[in-house]
Amino acid sequence: MIGSGPIVIGQACEFDYAGCQALKVLREDGFRTIVVNSNPATIMTDPGFADRTYVEPLDLEGVAGVLARERPDALLPTLGGQTALNLAVELAEAGILNELGVELIGAGIDVIHRAEDREQFRDTVRLAGHRVPSSTVVNGWADVPRELTFPVILRPSFTLGGHGGGTARSEDEFVGMLERALSESPVGQVLVEESLLGWDEFELELMRDRNDNVIVVCSIENLDPMGVHTGDSVTVAPQMTLPDEAYQELRDAAAAIIRAVGVETGGANIQFARERESGALRVIEMNPRVSRSSALASKATGYPIAKVAAKLAVGYTLDEIPNDLTGTTPASFEPTLDYVVVKFPRFAFEKFPGADRTLGTQMKSVGETMGIGRTFTEAFLKARRAREIDDAWEPTGLHPWFEAELARVGRAVEEINSLDALVADDFLRLKRLGLSDREIGVACDASEDAVRARRRAWGVRPAFRRVDSCAGEVEAASTYYYSTWGEADEAPPVSPAVAPAGQSPAPPLPDTAGGTVPCGAVPHSTVPSGPAPPAAPETTGKRGVVVILGSGPNRIGQGIEFDYCCVHAAQSFRALGFETVMVNCNPETVSTDYDTSDRLYFEPLGIEEVLAVCEREHPVGVVIQFGGQTPLKLARALEAAGFAILGTPFDAVDLAEDRERFGSLCRDLGIAVPDWRMASSQSEAIAAAEEIGYPVLVRPSYVLGGRQMAVCYEPEGVAANVHPGSRFLVDRFLEGALEIDVDALCDGATTFVAAVMQHVEEAGIHSGDSSCVLPPPGLDAALRAEIEETVSTLAPALGVVGLVNVQLAILDGSVYVLEANPRASRTVPFASKAIGLNLVDAACRLAAGTRLADLHLPALNDLQQVSVKAAVFPFRRFPGSDAVLGPEMRSTGEVMASAADYPTALAKAERAAGRPLPASGTAFLSVRDQDKRAVVPVATALSRLGFALAATSGTARTLAAAGLAVEHVRKVAETGEGSTVVDLLRRSRCHLVINTPQGSGARTDGYRIREAALAARIPCITTASGAAAAVHAIAHARGEDVLSLQERIDAQPRTA
Amino acid sequence: MTGFLALEDGAIFHGESVGAPGFAFGEAVFTTAMTGYQEVVTDPSYAEQIVCFSAPMVGNYGVASERSESGRAHARGVVMREVRGPAWTDWLLERGLPALSGIDTRSLVLQLRRGGAMRAAVVAGDASVEETLRAIQEQPTMVGRALCESVSTPGPYDYSEAGRARIAVVDYGCKRSILRRLAKAGAAVAVFPHQAEAEELVGFDGVVLSNGPGDPEPLGAQIATVRALLGRVPVYGICLGHQLLAIATGHDTFKLPFGHRGANHPVLEKATGRVLVTAQNHGFAVRPSAAGEAAYVSLYDGTVEGLEFPELNARSVQFHPEAGPGPHDAWPLLETWVEEVCSGIAKAA
Repeated sequence: MIGSGPIVIGQACEFDYAGCQALKVLREDGFRTIVVNSNPATIMTDPGFADRTYVEPLDLEGVAGVLARERPDALLPTLGGQTALNLAVELAEAGILNELGVELIGAGIDVIHRAEDREQFRDTVRLAGHRVPSSTVVNGWADVPRELTFPVILRPSFTLGGHGGGTARSEDEFVGMLERALSESPVGQVLVEESLLGWDEFELELMRDRNDNVIVVCSIENLDPMGVHTGDSVTVAPQMTLPDEAYQELRDAAAAIIRAVGVETGGANIQFARERESGALRVIEMNPRVSRSSALASKATGYPIAKVAAKLAVGYTLDEIPNDLTGTTPASFEPTLDYVVVKFPRFAFEKFPGADRTLGTQMKSVGETMGIGRTFTEAFLKARRAREIDDAWEPTGLHPWFEAELARVGRAVEEINSLDALVADDFLRLKRLGLSDREIGVACDASEDAVRARRRAWGVRPAFRRVDSCAGEVEAASTYYYSTWGEADEAPPVSPAVAPAGQSPAPPLPDTAGGTVPCGAVPHSTVPSGPAPPAAPETTGKRGVVVILGSGPNRIGQGIEFDYCCVHAAQSFRALGFETVMVNCNPETVSTDYDTSDRLYFEPLGIEEVLAVCEREHPVGVVIQFGGQTPLKLARALEAAGFAILGTPFDAVDLAEDRERFGSLCRDLGIAVPDWRMASSQSEAIAAAEEIGYPVLVRPSYVLGGRQMAVCYEPEGVAANVHPGSRFLVDRFLEGALEIDVDALCDGATTFVAAVMQHVEEAGIHSGDSSCVLPPPGLDAALRAEIEETVSTLAPALGVVGLVNVQLAILDGSVYVLEANPRASRTVPFASKAIGLNLVDAACRLAAGTRLADLHLPALNDLQQVSVKAAVFPFRRFPGSDAVLGPEMRSTGEVMASAADYPTALAKAERAAGRPLPASGTAFLSVRDQDKRAVVPVATALSRLGFALAATSGTARTLAAAGLAVEHVRKVAETGEGSTVVDLLRRSRCHLVINTPQGSGARTDGYRIREAALAARIPCITTASGAAAAVHAIAHARGEDVLSLQERIDAQPRTA
Repeated sequence: MTGFLALEDGAIFHGESVGAPGFAFGEAVFTTAMTGYQEVVTDPSYAEQIVCFSAPMVGNYGVASERSESGRAHARGVVMREVRGPAWTDWLLERGLPALSGIDTRSLVLQLRRGGAMRAAVVAGDASVEETLRAIQEQPTMVGRALCESVSTPGPYDYSEAGRARIAVVDYGCKRSILRRLAKAGAAVAVFPHQAEAEELVGFDGVVLSNGPGDPEPLGAQIATVRALLGRVPVYGICLGHQLLAIATGHDTFKLPFGHRGANHPVLEKATGRVLVTAQNHGFAVRPSAAGEAAYVSLYDGTVEGLEFPELNARSVQFHPEAGPGPHDAWPLLETWVEEVCSGIAKAA
């Protein structure tokens, strides 16, 4: 099975969810499973999930290597998104599948082509008696029809999320867009088509088996009309506005198309445009595979599409597969919903200043939330607030039905006068509309707490209902719940806490679950560590209920890594004898698979919803340390309500995040931190900067993902980055320092330093964006010991019980602590896989009361493998925004690569991240003055490797002075003869760009260089240290056979 | 105005009256179809029933006369979680149908699934709960009730005059979709009242026994007519028509606990091993016999979903191949039958 690789826009953790489900059923069925995926933050790449796990680049070389080594019988490419499907095509076309005798299952090459190749798809749809939008396939300018009626839509073939496409409204727009679209398509093919702006958009999720049985799992209606990518649209399921005859017409069309395309064993989704008045239909596209919408449809209906698709791929028919939720009925039915589901996209435009925020055919959202309610507005408002952000949503051409529904909410809000005037019936009415306590409070100028208190005094409380796939028609033991109002509660009664709420967690019990296996060790050799319930039923729940708070929608800075941690937490607490309850609202995730925990509450992660869950579950503890920042925000209120936080208490979080408290703690412990001041005005900040000395790092207090963080070299910079109204931190910026990330475990007294990772980029680049390497090549034994000592002093002083992440900087031999996060960090999945130790499991055991010493963790001194984590960036989606690394995190995902040495691992990681380093050619260099000295050895090495050098004037002078032959290239702004660097890039006469920014922003020369490199898909390195590492990798990377994670871990010597 | 639904077991569900004022008695049943509310309420098979929609919102897309499955509303009352008007609520009001919204329909569905379809009353407005419950006890149960007389056509009529085969449809409460599908398949369709004599029908190329409300067992005269048709003319039974054919061929029928009503029911076609997702609406079913005539079975509960008597040139389905509302997977069944009837004509000629 091929996974989908790093999280990118258009391809997120839905494919981890799909892959996990599929691996689970295939193993149950007795298949030996092999998985390839470069993304370490996936559950599917956990060593216990497949028989062989390859964390290798998802390119032809990487996958072919695995196939050659493992010689599988079949390749299943329909669960790993477009990445896997494209790779399957490549492998087949390169003759590799034939040569190795590997059968393609799920979808054959001809099926993939019929669905994905625009021309073939159009013909296929026509044969099925339907129409696609009228269009022309364009392979070059010669194919463009002479007369185009604007607007027209450009859709490049074989790209992610409509990437590279768009709507051209005029001839002028069309010219630029076609050029771009042609270059984006890996096959240089673009569809120029009739615009259906303003049509309604529907999507159907289908399954088909080898007996030609077709079912529709779910209908989805887009609120944003055609023209807005479905991934960026607010969507609702089931469809709300079509009468039966119109809906059945869609269903018939979908069935005819899946048959015509020939998807024989698996799932597919088909998008339709429908003109509201005439009912005219156009078939927009089809994915002959499990998709983002399938994940949504699975969560919306309780029908596990990926699981069923995997079973179909190996030859089952729909009537032979049981419906998980009922157990008694088969998968050959169509789910029916007695609730409404709404999906909301979550955007991250604030991370990409300058980028165009207009929504179009190219997907731009980074995550999504789902809300479930008994009415449309209830589901809509839940999904909207679950985003944890107040982005406006103002679609054009909204269907009047939705408009009326939203107006209903608006009227109700307007009618709220004062809190005191609201009585039971009012609360019930408002809650049934879907309004939260906070939203009611905003409408009547009352605090959320006050609203809640009054509502509860009137006896208005939520009820929980089951998602059962059949609207109650068949008895279902489903444990998948959502809240609603004014109805009977369906969740089984939970006896009040085993240990009284509000007290400390369950007393430490002798650890019986682990036996003689070292606790916390990745249990790949014992039991699968998948979300399958590993605990024996008789032990489940005897220690009470644990509520695990998830991380909500994916966003930059808080992604799949945290979901990975939550899933492991659910497994671990289950194995420890607790009943696990998951609260989350992200439909893409494994954590919201109803199999992952004992009970799933699909709810926004607001305090209102979480308190309601806790009040009905009576947990012995709430777990907040695995879901990133989202659960931490709820910790104080949960504690105040009398619920115990398991593991690290909230005060530790506060201690670490409150800079003044943290500063004085470090002072007391004798730990060095960069000099810092707190400022609440521009003048205070500038004064602070003068005292500390430039450069300084300026940022608001309480941030994640480096929001609004800036390195400033002069007072003007400070002034520009400090805004009135909030408190700002001014830190000494340790320029050129080596940055270190540490993940450690602590039981409150003793600390185990699990992973010391060195950043490839220097200080100042957000840790989430920096590549990092483990073990750290730049640390000697003494520095390493000092780092471990520092972390071991700090963790217990903070009060950590569980995981802690510490970021440190080393400058001139001194160790500084930059920050400490007493929770699971982004690097936990990477570190766990690199060292072969399940850190989350260990943290859960600590949180449950086990002492560190009793975990018998192995020493990790001699790692046999070097592992590199590299980030992937969505810059190509946001033209207009500068593609430069900085203190603000902008990556959406990550890849991992391991090898026997650092350069090989780094080169492989860059390959996995889609930026393979060139072996030869021309390297273009243009660096800022601070980096002029550092660039000389880099250029020298490149020259020795046979690269031709090109540079702009300043850099060229430096290189020439160092005796290097260098071609001088004109800057874009410079007048004169010869090529500019942008020309060079456009003509593919350059193969590597090293460009460190003098400043950022759309008008700088550097920006144009980086944008051109991005468009030409040429690796562009924006830091001096990154350049040095890359060149080192080009010089020293060796060819190495692929090796599975299991073999890497087994090769690791362990001493307990 | 508020209102309530009372079940014979004493359960009361409160809601808001959104249809006609007054009250109605009937058997409380639920349908899980997510679309097609107007089709459901006008389907004569829902006569003497109070229908609860499990769909979360009902009335979203208004009403249209061509969606009606008959000339009037047949359900006695309508129960919904969240109604949307005004087109749909006006329609209910104009037809004098008491209807409730804001009902905890999921709890009601669970109650009916566990306790079975039962006698009930919809009260739109104020009424004594005790008196209502007492009055419910005085209502007849569905078992043993012959209802087709009240919903059948008073006299014969032609639905479509031109066609490759002349098909007679016996109307026990026939849905328009059946007539529409037959005509679409190329048949000339004549409709006969439920008490039509066999001699009036045998002259046709084929006879369709339609769907309809109530218990098939007391329909002695209709069963006798079916028996008299068998072997003389091709017969196709749908829903109640299927049950009548079953009894005419010596099978038993029985009342299902809560019936099958919806648009997502999987049925296995034994001859091909294929699954049809079907529209269903029945409270009674044919008891399986050893004879092996069951050509279709429900993948939900294994009940008989269709019979095949090749030697009698008769067949039947419990589900609704005409859909309306629901998926069209079984449309080809009617078309195939019409084709067969046509080729029978050709052979005879």
